[in-house]
Amino acid sequence: MNVITVNNLTKYYGKARGIIDVSFSVEEGEIFGFIGPNGAGKSTTIRLLLSLIYPTGGSAAIFGKDVWKFGTEIRKNIGYLPSEVFYYEGMKVIDLLKYSAGFYDGDFTERMHELAEYMELDLKRRIEDLSYGNKKKVGIVQGLLHNPKLLFLDEPTSGLDPLMQRKFFNLIREENRRGVTIFFSSHILGEVQRLCDRVGIIREGRIVEISDIRTLQENNYKKIRITAPDVEPDYFALPDVSNLHAENGTIKFFFKGDINTIVQKISGIRVKDVTIEEPTLEEIFMHYYER
Amino acid sequence: MTKNIYVQELRMKTHSIVIWSLGVAAIVILYFSFFPSFAEEAALINKMMTQFPPELLAAFGMTNLNITSVLGFYGLVFLFVQLCVAIQAANYGVGLVSIEETELTADFLLSKPVSRSQILTGKLLAALTGMAITNIVAWVASFIALALFNGGQSYDTGTLVLLLAGLFVFQLFFVSVGLIISLLVKRIRNVTPYGLGLGFGMYVLSAFSGIQGDVKLEYITPFKHFDPNYIVQHNTYDAPLVVISVTVIVVSLAAAYWRYIHRDIASAT
Repeated sequence: MNVITVNNLTKYYGKARGIIDVSFSVEEGEIFGFIGPNGAGKSTTIRLLLSLIYPTGGSAAIFGKDVWKFGTEIRKNIGYLPSEVFYYEGMKVIDLLKYSAGFYDGDFTERMHELAEYMELDLKRRIEDLSYGNKKKVGIVQGLLHNPKLLFLDEPTSGLDPLMQRKFFNLIREENRRGVTIFFSSHILGEVQRLCDRVGIIREGRIVEISDIRTLQENNYKKIRITAPDVEPDYFALPDVSNLHAENGTIKFFFKGDINTIVQKISGIRVKDVTIEEPTLEEIFMHYYER
Repeated sequence: MTKNIYVQELRMKTHSIVIWSLGVAAIVILYFSFFPSFAEEAALINKMMTQFPPELLAAFGMTNLNITSVLGFYGLVFLFVQLCVAIQAANYGVGLVSIEETELTADFLLSKPVSRSQILTGKLLAALTGMAITNIVAWVASFIALALFNGGQSYDTGTLVLLLAGLFVFQLFFVSVGLIISLLVKRIRNVTPYGLGLGFGMYVLSAFSGIQGDVKLEYITPFKHFDPNYIVQHNTYDAPLVVISVTVIVVSLAAAYWRYIHRDIASAT
């Protein structure tokens, strides 16, 4: 079942481009990565899906219901972590969390304390006095507090130290195991790679690729490095080899094809060191970015 | 849902409500405590008043005002009360939803399962409550001041009630006009200049209209719609002008709801 269905969604702010003709869907229980450089339209897409803004064209449905007609109802089961930190003047963390919980049916006191403890968040402090990272934590707890079925995370890790990031990812995975669908927007490819099942790439307002993370990596190049002092780089000049170059006595190239060909080729020479690795998503996606 | 917002908004306004209310009470009681000394020197004061150029008297809403009578003097005090509560109401109106967008809390609030009209209603009711509290304080302070410092003169309580009863509608004008202005302007970074501008601007318009004797400006400023001098002298409202105020309030509020429900919520970037 699709939790999110987006069809030809377009948004212009006056004449300025927001997103153009964006279509994708997110299935129940998946972690969908939404990736693109800053200003590509990630936040616009999320804010449209939350009906904070209205579309210029196209349609979108969450839980099978039109986002703008049934927004209030849909949002009962949505958690949202905005990319920018926010606070109400003079409000303490606990007051904000109680205010937030007050919009949903049920008692979330226990969960609030659990989440705050896990994220090492001091409930008694004023939000305006917190560091950027701690304000971000307030956003995280607020977004998860009411046990939403769908989570929108807009650049959630900025400002969190690496240790906190790891804790946060574990928290998200745990939520996902309980069946929560996650829409994870980021411009950092590494974290999307760690967490997501599927990924959509957005660039200058348009979706350029939607694909499985594994397929993306499997169908792709191997990154090979060979240290062999007596061998000229031209030795590896095969049809399936690209980007061949030598650096400080190390030959580097990308290979796409039958891996046996290259293994046999390497066994024919005397090497000091060999590395064959998956390219990072960064390297795979580079050509989407730089066009 | 609306209640949740109402309680939160009221809590955030507590400070401001207390300050405005104390301010109004202080103006009424301190200012009016001068009345007995004015009344004692009635002959002298009245003579002095005739020396002032009529334009100056008009600017302060004092044309034909007998400031040696209890209500005449109170009418003068009341103008300052009006100015205060106008700025209070204009601030509440302008800041009602715009503050959320400058402090980035709009994304937080509007991603909750509440409709925009529920949000606006909750916020509006909180602002109205704050204004109502200030109104009550103005009533109490006025009755106390007139009881303590009437200088032995009698006065018509009915007129006093008439003046005070108009105050809330007078404030409604500023809160609703402030709100619709905040929704028509692209982005408000600081509420105070708009609130002050609206409140004080309307006062200046009214004073200006008095100097020029130009009736046209009377139509847009509530300082004329609820002119204390007129009410004291005629013991009634200037009904057609009050109707203008009420019409502006209704139209502004309706437009504000429509606009808020249909607008794109501004984001940080």
